[in-house]
Amino acid sequence: MMKDDAQTPLLRVRGLTKTYGGRIGCADISFDLWPGEVLGVVGESGSGKSTLLGALAGHLAPDRGEVIFDTRAEGPRDTVTMSEPERRMLARTDWAFVHQNPRDGLRMNVSAGGNVGERLMAVGARHYGNIRATATDWLGRVEIDPARIDDRPQAFSGGMQQRLQIARNLVTGPRLVFMDEPTGGLDVSVQARLLDLLRGLVRDMGLSAIVVTHDLAVVRLLADRLMVMKSGRVVEAGLTDQVLDDPQHAYTQLLVSSVLQV
Amino acid sequence: MNDYNFAYLDEQTKRMIRRAILKGLAIPGYQVPFASREMPMPYGWGTGGVQVSAAILTPGDTFKVIDQGADDTTNAVSIRKFFERTAGVATTEHTGEATVIQTRHRIPETPLTEDQILVFQVPIPEPLRFLEPRESETRKMHSLEEYGLMHVKLYEDISRHGHIATSYAYPVRVEGRYVMDPSPIPKFDNPKLDRSPAIQLFGAGREQRIYAIPPYTRVVSLDFEDHPFEASKADHPCDLCGAEDSYLDEVIIDDAGNRMFVCSDSDYCASRQAQGHRGRLSPEVA
Repeated sequence: MMKDDAQTPLLRVRGLTKTYGGRIGCADISFDLWPGEVLGVVGESGSGKSTLLGALAGHLAPDRGEVIFDTRAEGPRDTVTMSEPERRMLARTDWAFVHQNPRDGLRMNVSAGGNVGERLMAVGARHYGNIRATATDWLGRVEIDPARIDDRPQAFSGGMQQRLQIARNLVTGPRLVFMDEPTGGLDVSVQARLLDLLRGLVRDMGLSAIVVTHDLAVVRLLADRLMVMKSGRVVEAGLTDQVLDDPQHAYTQLLVSSVLQV
Repeated sequence: MNDYNFAYLDEQTKRMIRRAILKGLAIPGYQVPFASREMPMPYGWGTGGVQVSAAILTPGDTFKVIDQGADDTTNAVSIRKFFERTAGVATTEHTGEATVIQTRHRIPETPLTEDQILVFQVPIPEPLRFLEPRESETRKMHSLEEYGLMHVKLYEDISRHGHIATSYAYPVRVEGRYVMDPSPIPKFDNPKLDRSPAIQLFGAGREQRIYAIPPYTRVVSLDFEDHPFEASKADHPCDLCGAEDSYLDEVIIDDAGNRMFVCSDSDYCASRQAQGHRGRLSPEVA
């Protein structure tokens, strides 16, 4: 969904390749992500989705390719070649990363309020009252009872942990969110609520997001555009509804027809 | 005495430690790795401090050791004896007379001077250790000045206790750069770190790290704008010398719940008593 006023893509990826020795992680991935757009990446296990996401988010060093992010201060910059301090700064301000397992993205021995406040403190917030007020506000926005602000995530259910992780990531108002199977491991009703919440937040905040998942229902709900990956390569890309309703590539057809019908 | 090199350690080891100390002084608050040696005492008894002391002692030095402020506890007595035997240096219990003071968990009440070196025994040099267990990550955080996490710890304190409950090993920022663990000194002592005329050296033996604060270096205790740092102590005067300004130990004196508060700095308390100061429980003067 390209906006008229958006002349530069938020993220421009060209020829991104990551190999593990002789094995391909992901190969020659190119795409543009526009402001406010949600891109879904689907494929089976081992298709390179998570490798791609890791390489985009700077967790893995790609072998080749460019990941050009439109920074607030300096315009488009290649995050692959930028210095590590700059990349880490981006990671805690303009970027956010939602892990599949909330344990990877949360500090389990720190209270919910501390978890949400960490990114604020990382960018220099030093007023306890304000940090706490923001944390309380965000817990409300992800539908966690603010009375539980001093509980540790261990005391939360899986769905609450995942929502807490989302709050923790969005509190600094990032522009680009990477999500790795955000609904994995949750039961269907909790999944539905989480998706609903995510969709609302993405729309309200005008976020751009890259959502990696094997669950076609998730992308159907969240994503504007879709990339289908197989063996480390993109085999089909297009508007979500278009790809899902009229899959062209044999693998996409297989994927779509594999969805269980109730 | 002849069986040992001066101050126990061989000269090459001392040289290596002095290099680490100089590097530490050049980069205030930065943890310098060093090849810590086995010492004839268990880890946790001050092996880091002992190695630093051994490397900086000269035959002309006067050495003082304190443990929780006291000169007469096991740790202090055995380390003092160790250097009496292996270095033959003069020892003292008076802060003012010492040139090198090795300390565990206190800074003496008597203000230090430019002619003195204070050596701290450090159990855990990494202030971020309990928040981020990966050393590779904490080093990166130090090098990139990513210290938000340190405030998460203080945040947790306030959310749980209503105030910053960390009362010892209170994190400080050295010269606006490195966040440092000042070893488990009470936070009451934190202001004494700031712009101290004495050289302050920190040795962690098991963890193999040395760090340092050169004289007159800015040392700021971390805090929140609405919860500022407070150097707290027990709200009592000393029961033996009446001092109101010194850090106190609470001692339970019977099984009826009675207790007394005494200066943790035994030399400070004794010299005040010698000057005639009296506290609540001081013996009657005959």
